[in-house]
Amino acid sequence: MSRQAHEEESPAAPAGRLMTGAEIFVRSLIAENVEVLFGYPGGATIGVYDALHDISDINHVLTRHEQGATHAAEGYAKATGKPGVVLVTSGPGATNTVTGIADAMMDSIPLVVFTGQVPLRLIGNDAFQEADIVGITRPITKHNYLVRDVRELAQTIKEAFYIATSGRPGPVLVDLPKDVMAQKTHFAYPQSVTLRNYTPILEGNVRQIKKAAEMINAAKRPVLYVGGGTILSNAAAELTALARKLRCPVTTTLHGLGSFPENDPLAMGMLGMHGTWYSNMAVHFCDVLIAVGARFDDRVTGNVEAFAAEAKKIHIDVDPAAISKNVKVDVPIVGDVKRVLTAIQELVNPLETEDWLRTIDAWKDEHPLRYMNGGEIRAQYVMQKLGEITGGNAIVVTDVGQHQMWAAQFFNFSHPRTHITSGGLGTMGFSLPAAMGAVFGRRDIPVISISGDGGFQMNSQEMATIVQHRLPVKIFVINNGFLGMVRQWQELFWRRRYSQVELANPDFVRLAEAYGCTAYRATRTAEVEDVLCKAMAHTDGPVFVEFVVAKEDNVYPMIPAGQTVNEMIDTPDPASGGDTRTGDRIETVEKGKSRKVSVHAPVTSNA
Amino acid sequence: MPPSQAMLNTPSPGAPDEKAKRHTISILVQNKFGAFNRIAGMFAAKGYNIDSLSVGPTEDEGVSRMTIVARGDDQIIEQITKQLNKLIDIVKVIDLTFESFVDRELVLVKVHSTNDTRPEIMQIAEIFRAKVVDISPRTLTLEATGSQQKVDAIIKMLKPFAIKEMARTGRVALKREFQGEV
Ligand SMILES: Cc1ncc(C[n+]2csc(CCOP(=O)(O)OP(=O)(O)O)c2C)c(N)n1
Ligand SMILES: [Mg+2]
Repeated sequence: MSRQAHEEESPAAPAGRLMTGAEIFVRSLIAENVEVLFGYPGGATIGVYDALHDISDINHVLTRHEQGATHAAEGYAKATGKPGVVLVTSGPGATNTVTGIADAMMDSIPLVVFTGQVPLRLIGNDAFQEADIVGITRPITKHNYLVRDVRELAQTIKEAFYIATSGRPGPVLVDLPKDVMAQKTHFAYPQSVTLRNYTPILEGNVRQIKKAAEMINAAKRPVLYVGGGTILSNAAAELTALARKLRCPVTTTLHGLGSFPENDPLAMGMLGMHGTWYSNMAVHFCDVLIAVGARFDDRVTGNVEAFAAEAKKIHIDVDPAAISKNVKVDVPIVGDVKRVLTAIQELVNPLETEDWLRTIDAWKDEHPLRYMNGGEIRAQYVMQKLGEITGGNAIVVTDVGQHQMWAAQFFNFSHPRTHITSGGLGTMGFSLPAAMGAVFGRRDIPVISISGDGGFQMNSQEMATIVQHRLPVKIFVINNGFLGMVRQWQELFWRRRYSQVELANPDFVRLAEAYGCTAYRATRTAEVEDVLCKAMAHTDGPVFVEFVVAKEDNVYPMIPAGQTVNEMIDTPDPASGGDTRTGDRIETVEKGKSRKVSVHAPVTSNA
Repeated sequence: MPPSQAMLNTPSPGAPDEKAKRHTISILVQNKFGAFNRIAGMFAAKGYNIDSLSVGPTEDEGVSRMTIVARGDDQIIEQITKQLNKLIDIVKVIDLTFESFVDRELVLVKVHSTNDTRPEIMQIAEIFRAKVVDISPRTLTLEATGSQQKVDAIIKMLKPFAIKEMARTGRVALKREFQGEV
């Protein structure tokens, strides 16, 4: 084998002493600079937990569910750029991590998940708490391992961290049989890893970069379509510089939010199913589409055949398999987004895009983001106010559903790594544990968890962990009494037959208080600003706010699944759903325009 | 080694509506726990169809060669190769369809035979240079080797005599050393 591990003693390990697998595990994590470990003990990991007991270098966080541990690790990884680390026991402990692992796989989040396993000789015997977690997670991990010999342990851990964090990041699982962890050997943490066919390509091909630059220089109506790969590659500054040099309008995917400041005149906000009208129009009519660390997901493209059909397409991605997977492109460039953007920037000239930008501005005027505002609280208003109060200087961790889209539309994300959400898998219950994980990595910036009333209850047990550690998480629940996003689809596409979407909820404020958390409730629009300010000012531990919002509001614009801009539904005028009453007005928000317009509109009562 | 930069960065030709072609993909894979599973699982998870799959040791003790015959249009096959390349245990992936290669398949066919039909079957065997490897009063078992087409052909010829059982190895293939440029 060509693994080149230089056998050097780690300074921490006295030469010669034999160590158990459990001790080696702990030492290896220290060698990887792991500062926090999210986990839950059990029979198969009891020895490992014993080895962890006296270690002060690693902060072990006992979550209340293994799913919570994996999402916490994801939140930590997304907020810091460092790998998130999880330790759970065999069987049910391991299977409880599956959703988080699948989520990390879809969203390219570096995780290393350690699972306990029954002793080697019992594997395959249906032993107590045995699950073939390596088999179960094979399709949802970037790679996984079963450690069969303690002498392979340190090398395996080294490889696991390397694979999780390099190239297109992703989750790696390491299964640790109980007896292997009790075996003894000499410890030496390898200094390097070489894997035979695993060498991520970082430098873009020079010829391709030239081709792309020529294509860009000839563009009349260019659009930068920016995905999460830009943030993973820490390339927000390079992207912003390129957009401004070219005077090229920018639209981002859900995961691209934060890579370009949304108050910049070139910003068009998010594209896709619930993207802004003008970003979808711009993509539809552009002549050169520059896809940066994005993967042409179906929630973005709708009908792929019609997606930017007239445009020449450039696609920059570190993952060769992401290229030409959904949409054929003209100039693929495999490489690290940061390096490729830097190289392209040197070869391109400022473009004459005045006409194009004027067209887009007209679309912005005609079809701004809009919502009804007035009596009942509108979630959109909460997001907009929150953006204004924080000035975008906060990490917002959303769950899945309508509130997630409204946060994406109205918060005005402007800094990388300030928007964290489950995009690919769309995992309800993600927000609360992920926000908790983010706080462990980032104490320099407020962390806000925003969930729906449905999703909050999928991992609300982590309230206990948050309170125990007095973590300064702002926990917001947008309570519309519905599984809102599903209800919206039923309203629009299933003749308003509301099947199993209405929620009978607990008293959220009392629930939060029972956990020992300060809690508020806002029920009127007039209270929103005040309660938001109170929550943001609360720095001593967590604070919970329930926003009781309009029950039947919808997310617009909307391109129905698999369709095109021709089928795009703009916000009805006035917005449907909820009680509209005298005093309600349409609130409009235009991305990338310094002015924010509020139009007072007469309201018809039959809305 | 990953495929060369130039190759990765060159858009592959072929319109999406192009007819599905048969591709012979040769894979060198490290003999690691679960590696075959990972490859087979990838095909299943992505919904790619495998026509045949064969696997065996190579000159390198730590590495096995898998030969997979898969069907798909160019875009699907390009995805398959890229997805295979993403698997950590895989050492090398070559789509032999774009190369000149030699391929063989072996088949064992147990066919019904009577005193009347035996000579005729033996004659067919001879034409295909197949060997008789087992005989009983009511059956003959033949072993034939050759390209997939040859194996298909002998099977077709034996069908009228009623094939009782059959085992095919699936295609194995190696790239030709001279690629026709000589
Ligand atoms: C684990 C999981 N189950 C089901 C779904 C399907 N789903 C998507 S959005 C949604 C409704 C979410 O309701 P809520 O959390 O109240 O948020 P809202 O849409 O009302 O803002 C559901 C059920 C999902 N995404 N994840
Ligand atoms: Mg809801």
